[in-house]
Amino acid sequence: MDSHLGQTAEVALGPLMPELEPDAAPDATLWGDVVRKLRKDPRFIISAGLIVVFCAMGLVPRLFTGADPKSCDILNFAQRPSSGHWFGTDILGCDYYARVIYGARTSLIVGFVVSGFSVAIALTLGSLAGYFGGITDAVISRFADVWFSIPTILGAILLLELIHGGGPIIVALVLVLFGWPDLTRLVRASVLSGKERGYVRAARALGASDGEILFRHILPNGIAPIVVYAAYSVGAAIAGEAALTFLGVGLRLPTISWGLEISIAEGRISQDPHLLFFPALFLCLLVGAFVLLGETLRDALDPKVARRG
Amino acid sequence: MSRRYLIRRILIAFPVLIGTTLLIYAMAFALPGDPIRRLAGMHLISESTHREITQRYHLDDPFVVQYYEYLKGIAHGDLGETFTGQDVSSIIAERFPVTLKLTLGAFAVEIVLGLVAAFVAALRRATFIDSFVLVSTLVLITIPVFVLAFLAQLMIGVKLKWLPVAGLQHGWLGYVLPWLVLGVGSAAAVGRIARSNLLDNLNSEQIKAATARGLPRRRVLGAHVLKNALVPIVTILGLDLAALMGGAPITETIFNLPGLGQMLILGVRTENGPIVVGLVTLAAMIFIFTNLFVDLLCAYIDPRIRYG
Repeated sequence: MDSHLGQTAEVALGPLMPELEPDAAPDATLWGDVVRKLRKDPRFIISAGLIVVFCAMGLVPRLFTGADPKSCDILNFAQRPSSGHWFGTDILGCDYYARVIYGARTSLIVGFVVSGFSVAIALTLGSLAGYFGGITDAVISRFADVWFSIPTILGAILLLELIHGGGPIIVALVLVLFGWPDLTRLVRASVLSGKERGYVRAARALGASDGEILFRHILPNGIAPIVVYAAYSVGAAIAGEAALTFLGVGLRLPTISWGLEISIAEGRISQDPHLLFFPALFLCLLVGAFVLLGETLRDALDPKVARRG
Repeated sequence: MSRRYLIRRILIAFPVLIGTTLLIYAMAFALPGDPIRRLAGMHLISESTHREITQRYHLDDPFVVQYYEYLKGIAHGDLGETFTGQDVSSIIAERFPVTLKLTLGAFAVEIVLGLVAAFVAALRRATFIDSFVLVSTLVLITIPVFVLAFLAQLMIGVKLKWLPVAGLQHGWLGYVLPWLVLGVGSAAAVGRIARSNLLDNLNSEQIKAATARGLPRRRVLGAHVLKNALVPIVTILGLDLAALMGGAPITETIFNLPGLGQMLILGVRTENGPIVVGLVTLAAMIFIFTNLFVDLLCAYIDPRIRYG
C-alpha cells in the first residue's frame, strides 16, 4: 500500500478522519498501516471502548451492579429512576439497572456465535466455490441462493415457531442458518477476483499446491471485506435477536434480554417511558458500536476509501 | 441485454424457486415428530381433524409425493388451510392491500430520502452537510425498527399529536408514521451506498472528460453520474426488499395495521402453523421474482453484465 497516497488522502477526509502525524513511520505492511490508522481514529476508540465495556458487562456483571436482577419486590413495581434504583424498577419490581446490565451477556453470546459460525461456514464454502469453480461452484452457489431467498427474519420466525423457541444459542444458530449466504457470496467473490492476480499465477507457476495458494496467497489478501462484514454481522445478529424476542418467537423468561424487557414493557410505554428507554439505549449503543467498528475497519483496510471520503 | 443472459438468468431462478419451497416445506413437515402436532401447537386436534389433515397434506405418502402435491397447490394459488378451516390464500388476498400500501410507501421514503441525502452529501463532500448525512444515517441504521416505532409513536403521536398513534381510523394518515419508521432505516443504508458510488463516479475519468468538453453540470450529473451509479443502487434496492419484508411484521404489529405481517405474528402468537408457512412461502417467492426482475433490469441498464 502506498503510504504517501494514504497521507494526502487522509488530509482530504475532513472532520471524520484522523490526522496523520507528519513523522508517521514510512514502512508499510498492510496490517501495520491499518493498526496505525486505527489508533488515531476517534471512531475506533469510541467503538472499541464501548465493546470492551459491554464485554466486561457480559463477563462480570457484578462489576457494574451489586443488585440481583432476579430478586424483585412486587410492591415497588414500575418506579421511576431514583437514587436507589438508577433506572427505576420494572413491572415486577426488579431493579431495572441490574436487569439491563445482566442483559448484555445474552446479546453478546448471540452476536459472537452468529458471527463466528457465519464466518467459518462462509470461509469454507465460499473458498471452495470461488477457487474450484465449475460444478462445485454451481452446487454451492445455488444452495446458497435457496437459503438467501428466505428473508432472515421471516425464516427465523418460521423455524423458531416450529421448534417452539429456545435459548440464546438456539436463536443464534437459527440466525446463522438464514444468514450465512450473504457472507459466503462475499468470500466467493473475493476468492474469485484474487485467483487471477499476478502473484497467485506466479505461485501456481512455481508449483504451489491448491492449499498453499488459497491459504497463503488468496485468503490473506482478500480478508479485508470479510473482517468488515464480520464486525457488522455481530451488530446485525444482536438487533435480529432483539426483534425476534420482541415478536415473541425468540428468547423467553427467565432469560434476561433487552428485547424481552422491551416486549414486556410494550403496553406501558406511554406511562413509563423509562421501561423502553434504558434497554433500547443499551441495545442501540451495542449495535452501533459494532456498526461503527465495521465502518472504521473498512476505511482503514481500504486504501481506495481516501478518494471517496 | 443479450438473449443468452436473459434465458440463463430465468433458468437459474427455477431451481432456486423449487429449492426454496422444498426447504420451507421440509421444515414444516419433515422435521422429526408429528408435523400436525407441531403445526397445531397448543391447539387440541380431534381424531377426525387429524385424519382429515393427514389426507389433505398426503402425510401417509412418501415425502416426494407430499411435496409434489404441495407444489401443485401453490401453482394453483392454494397455500393450504388454517386449523380453523379458513383458506390461507383468501386471508392473504384480504390483507394484501394493506401490506402493499405500507411497503410501497416505505419504498418511496427509502428511494426519495436515500437518494436526496446521497446526492446532497456527494456534491458537498467533506462539508458540514456531508458529515451530518454520514452521522445521521449511521444512527438510523443502528436503531432497531421496533425501537424506532415506539419512539415515533411516543414523540409524534402521543406528545405532539401530529399523526395518529396507531390504526387506520383516520384513513391514509395512519400510514404516514409506519411509512417513515419502516423506510428510514433502509433509506439510510441506501443513502450511504449511493453516496460512495456517486463519489466514485464523480471522480472518474469519463466524468472529467464530459465536464471538460463543456457539458452543462445538470447533464453531466443526470445523464452520466446517475446512470453509472444506477446498477449498484438498483441491486441494493432489490436486496433491501428482504429488510422491508422482515420489518413489516414489526411495524404492522406496533401500529396495528391489518396486513400480512400482523397476520404472521398473530399466526405465531396463536400457534397457527399453516398461516406462518404460507406467508413465509409467499414472501420468499416475491423476493425471488423481484430479484430476477432487478437482475434483468441491471442487464438492461448496463449491457456489459453477462452472468448472474
